[in-house]
Amino acid sequence: MADPYPYLPDDSIVSVQRGPEPGGIKGVYRAFGETLRGLKTTMARVAEGPVTIEYPEEKTPVYPRFRGRHKLHRFEDTGLEKCVGCSLCAAACPADCIRVVAAENDPDDRVSAGERYAAVYEINLARCIFCGYCEVACPFDAITMGHEYEMADYNRNDLIFTKEMLLAEPILKVPLRNEGE
Amino acid sequence: MVAADVGFAEASWIMVVKSLVIFAVILGIVPMILLLERKLLGRFQARYGPNRVGPKGLFQPLADVVKLLSKEAYKPEAAVPVLWAIAPALVILSATATLAIIPFGDVVDGNVGLYGIDVSIGILYAFAFGSISFYGLLLGGWASGSKYSFMGAMRSAAQLISYEISMGLALLGVIMMAGSLSLVDIANAQADTIWYVIPQFVGFLIFMVAGFAETNRPPFDLPEADAELVAGYNTEYGGMRFGSYFMAEYMEMVVVSGIAAAMFLGGWHGPGPDWLGPIWMLAKIMILICFFIWVRATLPRLRYDQLMSLGWKVLLPLATLNVLVTAVLVVVW
Repeated sequence: MADPYPYLPDDSIVSVQRGPEPGGIKGVYRAFGETLRGLKTTMARVAEGPVTIEYPEEKTPVYPRFRGRHKLHRFEDTGLEKCVGCSLCAAACPADCIRVVAAENDPDDRVSAGERYAAVYEINLARCIFCGYCEVACPFDAITMGHEYEMADYNRNDLIFTKEMLLAEPILKVPLRNEGE
Repeated sequence: MVAADVGFAEASWIMVVKSLVIFAVILGIVPMILLLERKLLGRFQARYGPNRVGPKGLFQPLADVVKLLSKEAYKPEAAVPVLWAIAPALVILSATATLAIIPFGDVVDGNVGLYGIDVSIGILYAFAFGSISFYGLLLGGWASGSKYSFMGAMRSAAQLISYEISMGLALLGVIMMAGSLSLVDIANAQADTIWYVIPQFVGFLIFMVAGFAETNRPPFDLPEADAELVAGYNTEYGGMRFGSYFMAEYMEMVVVSGIAAAMFLGGWHGPGPDWLGPIWMLAKIMILICFFIWVRATLPRLRYDQLMSLGWKVLLPLATLNVLVTAVLVVVW
């Protein structure tokens, strides 16, 4: 037979604390004591100090798995681009914001490690929903989600990031925090 | 012509200089209180408060005043022109006039009293002008030709009637103990004995609660009640007319704190040499104002019926009882 009371009170359940009901001498305590308790609560906030992060000067640290602006990667030893222009990221993208035009590699002047490379690689960040499917779809880990989150701009055209922009290291590093912090 | 009996009268030019100094000092203090309130409120809510304008946000009140001054003097079509213009002036006038009786010290060198005027009716003067300031709210609310303003005005009228009585009765105990209505005499009487906040603790509490209601401060800011009445009586006001209402609220805070400091906390008396007197008085006023802000940060606004039942069923009987007990004790001793 199934347990009729699956949620019997135990240590994990804390009963609601109620003040005395209004009226009578207890009502006086209720009004006075609860007011004092409220005053104590607000004064405790003063003692604790502000929790504000003053944004433009201080940045909120992001977690390592935070999905910010994309980055394209090169091989560290050879300096060749990892992207081979397979367009799997563009196929996986639900917002349809990636445009890849592939071209054959010239054996004398290789751009990527594979047969082909991305001649055009554009991400329209005005459309991107930062789902990270492109990162998952990529067979060479050529595209990953970075940590930058300050991408506001005045012009929609400026939000289309080209391959050069995505390959470049971000100018401002976003502070990181550890997992579980 | 002397309209009321005064305890001590100076040459008229001294009176003019005194009133100018008091006005200038309080006018300088009001923006500081504004900033203090926003800063403290921030701290009470675990944030910084304004800190962008100038070093540490110190120029914030300046920016606010400049903004208000540069705004268009807008008037709604349904408003009653003259009354609508008079109302904020009335509020600020009464608040300024009440400042006159706040004592910052006794007579210095036998010719200058550190107060605006020491009228023998003392505290009644404050009550008279406190009532006139409510005419300002009422007129402003009614003359705006807006329903929200009218509701706010009605609420302020009801609040005045409910709390002015308890406020007066709360002070009656002090008046009986000191045997005088003059704030200067009352403050002096506390120098010989103890501060009246100890024997008249109940009176002090009632006075402070009624003071919150008198100044339309939370938790009794029903006339403004931004959640349900937009902004109450000053909904239709803009620019410096709104600024006047706003400034008058802070000046009334100073006045109520000043009366409480003079009547319950020993006025300008404190440890140290005599010339520290005005500084003691200002410090006591500031502490009470911080208390006002602390309460604002803590307590939610009362419902309308709660306000009424607190005023009539709790404060009034308590204040009456306080007066009776004090009267008996004063006679017996």
